[in-house]
Amino acid sequence: MRSGFLKFAASAAAGAVLALGLGNAIAAETPKRGGTLKFVIPAEPPSYDGHRETTFALVHPIAPFYSLLIRPNPDNPSDSSDFTCDLCTEMPKSTDGGKKYTFKLKSGVTFHDGSPLTAADVKATYDKIIFPPADVSSARKAYFVMVDNVEAPDDLTVVFNLKYPSGAFIPALATPFNFIYQKAKLDQDMKWYEKNILGSGPFVFVEHQAGALFKGKRNDNFYVKGQPYLDGFEGIIAEKQSLRVQAIRGDRAAIEFRGFPPKSRDDLKAALGDDLTVQESDWNCVLIITPNHDVAPFNDVRARRALTLAVDRWGGSKYLSEIAIVKTVGGVAFPGHPLAATKAELEQIAGYWPDIAKSRAEAKKLLQEAGVDLSKTYVLNNRGVDQPYTIVGTWLIDQWKQVGLNFEQRVQPTGPFYDTLRSKRDFSVSLDFNCQSVVNPLLDISKFLSNDVSDSQYGGYIDRDVDDLFNKMNQEGDQAKQREYMRQFEKLTLDEHANNFITLWWYRIIPHRAYLKGWNISPSHYVNNDLANVWLDQ
Amino acid sequence: MYTYLVKRLLMVIPTLFGAAVLVFFLMRLIPGDICELKLAGSGAFFDQRSLDICRAELGLDDSALLQFGQWVGGWFVGDLGTSMWTGKPIGEEIALRFQVSLQIAVMATLFSIVLSIPMGVLSAVYRNTWIDYVVRSLSIAGIAMPSFWLGILIILGILLTTQAWTGSPWMPPIHYVPIWVNPAENLAMLIWPALATGYRYSAVATRMTRSAMLDVLREDYVRTARSKGVMERVIVNRHALKNAMLPVITVIGIEFAFLMGGLVVTEQVFNLNGIGKLFVGAVGQSDYTMVQALVMLVAFIFVMTNLLVDLLYAWLDPRIRYS
Repeated sequence: MRSGFLKFAASAAAGAVLALGLGNAIAAETPKRGGTLKFVIPAEPPSYDGHRETTFALVHPIAPFYSLLIRPNPDNPSDSSDFTCDLCTEMPKSTDGGKKYTFKLKSGVTFHDGSPLTAADVKATYDKIIFPPADVSSARKAYFVMVDNVEAPDDLTVVFNLKYPSGAFIPALATPFNFIYQKAKLDQDMKWYEKNILGSGPFVFVEHQAGALFKGKRNDNFYVKGQPYLDGFEGIIAEKQSLRVQAIRGDRAAIEFRGFPPKSRDDLKAALGDDLTVQESDWNCVLIITPNHDVAPFNDVRARRALTLAVDRWGGSKYLSEIAIVKTVGGVAFPGHPLAATKAELEQIAGYWPDIAKSRAEAKKLLQEAGVDLSKTYVLNNRGVDQPYTIVGTWLIDQWKQVGLNFEQRVQPTGPFYDTLRSKRDFSVSLDFNCQSVVNPLLDISKFLSNDVSDSQYGGYIDRDVDDLFNKMNQEGDQAKQREYMRQFEKLTLDEHANNFITLWWYRIIPHRAYLKGWNISPSHYVNNDLANVWLDQ
Repeated sequence: MYTYLVKRLLMVIPTLFGAAVLVFFLMRLIPGDICELKLAGSGAFFDQRSLDICRAELGLDDSALLQFGQWVGGWFVGDLGTSMWTGKPIGEEIALRFQVSLQIAVMATLFSIVLSIPMGVLSAVYRNTWIDYVVRSLSIAGIAMPSFWLGILIILGILLTTQAWTGSPWMPPIHYVPIWVNPAENLAMLIWPALATGYRYSAVATRMTRSAMLDVLREDYVRTARSKGVMERVIVNRHALKNAMLPVITVIGIEFAFLMGGLVVTEQVFNLNGIGKLFVGAVGQSDYTMVQALVMLVAFIFVMTNLLVDLLYAWLDPRIRYS
């Protein structure tokens, strides 16, 4: 036993040394200037306005044209609490008891049309996001409920005054969709940015061929000296996953920033060997089991608890991660985040017990007590997307069969799927989806609130206990207290009230051409896409 | 002839109007809301306010009849409307894709004609010989194999072969460049989908050519020509082939029109930014205005192609007269 431990310690130490050495070697590489990065994008954005849209298809080709006030650290994006300045000079400490944040801006920053970027532009941008006019849509207005107002006392100072201290503010500010727009354009037309691009980011917009391509060229006046390294980029729209995989194999593209399933990674690795680098990370996306609280039998908390108790998450993680883009067992908060549950804490929650036999026995007992008709076949509503919807759906049906529950999977295209969730509501259980950008558990969990509070909750329940905990958590400045509230929230949502349930957190796999350097994987396909520090070793 | 032409052109109007009514109201029966898709499709949160703004912007709050009237009214001033998904003029969106689809359709049609007519003739002339068996096997294989599947095989074949030969895999370009900008790049991309679709297309035309040729070769005038000692080559090329072309031209016309709007999966396999891909995308996104415009475009292409085929009949067969 002792010898085994020593061997483990020695190999761990050797591994750490190797990793450090490798890290230093990577850090020591000097970026080369030049070249055009080609990457594939699975979809096309509806408009160019980051404040309005929610899709990654906007971020991948358009983020390189814009600056942000702050962002996740591009050199360390996997740390979900490491934020750094983009346009500001240093990350501010809050004042006024956590209710005031003062940002100093870099001087000499210009938009691509040559006009200077000032605090007035930043204020106009955040006013549009936080307090949009009646006819202007802002997808992230709700992220800033804590903000009272935004001020620009001089050209290089922006002040955010909050109504109350909030741990959710800084991550919300770092959201990659918060592109800084030019005040003059917004004054002219609040919707100007839906059809036009004018930023201050590392690349200048060249062209967009609808359905085909986005092209950008280096911004020679970029405010980070020496960056960007690339001469330009081409984002090629390719909807079919198999084609995107082959495009990397055939070197028509160096990377796809969303993520591939394990099989594609393995195929590419087998074909390209050392010409391929693979980066992997937990992913801030998760499929949620959503029982319909309006209809029997899942309007009964016992029947709902049975649903989660039947699912072997710990076992499923091992096998599903080999075929699908899911892997990590977690609660409502992104795994690994300071607010997330530890394994020991998770094991106290129904559906996460280490002994699956005991869990399923309890599920059977609850089903019997609730009088659930086991001869009936219930409907699992699912979205017609393989990765990972239908794979996870098929797995769940098998899990529920273990306790005598029979489900049929009704797979629908995205349009009818949402129509079922929001209007028809003729399902027993549905899979639902929560996918956020910057890891911000305090807000990411708003999906679990009562449906008169959250328009994105499709279970149809009202749960004021959960709403109250959410509000307390978001108005609490102390992280230890936040964590305590988060555990209570999690226990209520997933176990005691059994409102809805987490399946497995997604797992992001990015195989890319080895000559692409400087890009680091993050827990979100929305984050770290401005390409300023990316270079080609060719 | 001119009276016939005018009558046929006038009949285009009720045909297209019927198609317009069908597509407009059928689209609205499909469950799904473009605003929900835009706002929730990526898993993000959204609120009722955003949904209401989106619906008002797209005019979805108006009655269906008003929307229909506005859409049809737009045709008379040359306004096809704007895409509900991108907010861009539909004419602009379609124009970009039309050139890709047109080039593929032309290339596939040429490939098909070059392949199918000689093969069909050979198969008929040498019927029940090994030549006939080979041609029939190839054509049945072409009909049985979906062109997108053949496309996938072609891409994989190219990747594997080039990797085996050169050590690094090569694949056709995945971004369209017009032929007048870079002919080599353009053909390197389009030749493969043209072959994949043209092969299937030629299989249908080959079988039709063979069947029509067999019928014609049994005609009295062919027997008479043979009895007069006319050379077999002359009989086949000059007397039989032209008369056998009527059904073949019908097939080629229909297939051409189909290619202009129907290369749905093949376009995705080769990442062609064509009409078919736009069509599927628009249906998936519940982009009503775009689907409506595309259906009208395809209907128009079909109607005009059929008219052209009918006019060709008269040229090929002097017995046909239009009045």
